Amino acid sequence: MDSGIETVERVFREERGRILATLIRLVGDIDVAEESLASALEAALVQWPAEGTPDNPRAWLIRAARNKAVDRLRRGALFEEKRTALEMEAALAMASAPDATPAHEEPVDDRLRLIFTCCHPSLAIEAQVALTLRTLGGLETEEIARAFLVPAATMAQRLVRAKAKIRQAGIPYRVPDSDELPARLDAVLAVIYLVFNEGYAASSGSSPVRREICEEAIRLGRLLVELMPAAEARALLALMLLSDARRDARVGAGADGEVILLEDQDRSRWDRAAIREGLALIDGTLRAAFPGPYALQAAIAGVHAQSERADQTDWVQIVGLYTLLAELYPSPVVSLNHAVAIAMATGPAEGLRRIDALAASGVLADYHLLSAARADLLRRLGRFTEAAAAYRQALALASNQSDRRFLQRRLIEVGGAIPAN
Amino acid sequence: MQYMLLIYGNEEGMKTATPGDREAMFKAYGDFTASIVKSGNMKAGDALQPTASATTVRVRDGKTLTTDGPFAETKEQLGGYYLVEAKDLDEATKLAARIPGARVGSIEVRPVMPMPADYPRPKA
Repeated sequence: MDSGIETVERVFREERGRILATLIRLVGDIDVAEESLASALEAALVQWPAEGTPDNPRAWLIRAARNKAVDRLRRGALFEEKRTALEMEAALAMASAPDATPAHEEPVDDRLRLIFTCCHPSLAIEAQVALTLRTLGGLETEEIARAFLVPAATMAQRLVRAKAKIRQAGIPYRVPDSDELPARLDAVLAVIYLVFNEGYAASSGSSPVRREICEEAIRLGRLLVELMPAAEARALLALMLLSDARRDARVGAGADGEVILLEDQDRSRWDRAAIREGLALIDGTLRAAFPGPYALQAAIAGVHAQSERADQTDWVQIVGLYTLLAELYPSPVVSLNHAVAIAMATGPAEGLRRIDALAASGVLADYHLLSAARADLLRRLGRFTEAAAAYRQALALASNQSDRRFLQRRLIEVGGAIPAN
Repeated sequence: MQYMLLIYGNEEGMKTATPGDREAMFKAYGDFTASIVKSGNMKAGDALQPTASATTVRVRDGKTLTTDGPFAETKEQLGGYYLVEAKDLDEATKLAARIPGARVGSIEVRPVMPMPADYPRPKA
């Protein structure tokens, strides 16, 4: 048995997202919902230890927060708030139970509505990410600011503006209609994957992986699969799990360890449970007529995950998957990875020819991994002088410290001097 | 909620349109307008004369300055508008996407700011 205070903390930790999502539906405003939930929590910290934990702590918190919201709105001085208060009181009076759903609607988890509101395409992508992490992830504003390396005041301002836009522009709080659902689900997946990548390939800073951000993205991915088990939602979760499974093997020892390439990783350190879970999620998805982009990327990660040793990798299968990916969802980064896979399957010369063509087009001119991949193929071909030049170019573009350490080591290996900056 | 759907497009493009193109555009607008009148979304809407007919007015230090032309020289110009009633932004953007001008230009969707009930208004 835990004490009253511990119960409050546990319920809050486990249920905050659900409670907040329901409150937002009831009061129609994220700010009002957040503030009244904070007041309800204060009340719980006083009442539960004194009077005992209620039978249904979540319902208690929702009811208490709802009452706080009504009080707050009655006090509201602004015309707009007063008008909303009247509408809201009517809505609150109708909602007899916290989970009440209008009879004509299918019961929907309020968190699903909230995901679609936070990831609405009329919000800037940075705002979508921040709102999703703040409301569904339950991260504090300072934590989100740290994750995205912006000052806390900037992040706070971003959240304020996003919430104001939701209110003023009338961004709805509901799961989109079936005709718009595919595009809107893509937007949600993009936000979750962006969060994951921010943690997985930290664009700057000293550590190549910021694990807590990856974990947060995986948690959101699981939540989405639980609420809406669409094929691409499952595939995204699989892709994140299969990538995250390599986290311990991906970074060298020490606080400032350098990034270790896939082929050099100690595969016994891969997380087998995460791999099993990831592979199970994409089982059968490639049989679809047009597999989605996450399904294809997860399948590629799955081939790596199933290779006991780097030299046993089925590169022919990987090339096939990249060919399909490049055909269905073309992008310069996909072309680059495709070229690298071809180099592994049929030799560095053909891979280099494709990378040179990509470099000539200029689309990835600022992307350090293009120069790094080119350098690596030149090194394999024994063209060390050109390789050194390409490593220097990659170094000039790379901002993450562990990427830079790796590139510097390779540059020395091919006999080049490290540039003096 | 009420939303203003501002229709931006390239005026030069319209000048080079053939009579057939114009007729088709006119009909497409007529059909769209009729459909949102019928659905009850339409509050108001008009097309504007080209920006060559525009005059910009500013008052500075009590003096009225009038200049020829639009407020800003841009690639796309404001050519017309609809004022619509929609339940939320999703309904408003769906209406905006059906405006014929959306296929060649852009529609800016702006929520109308709610005003107090006693704010001066013309008689309907």
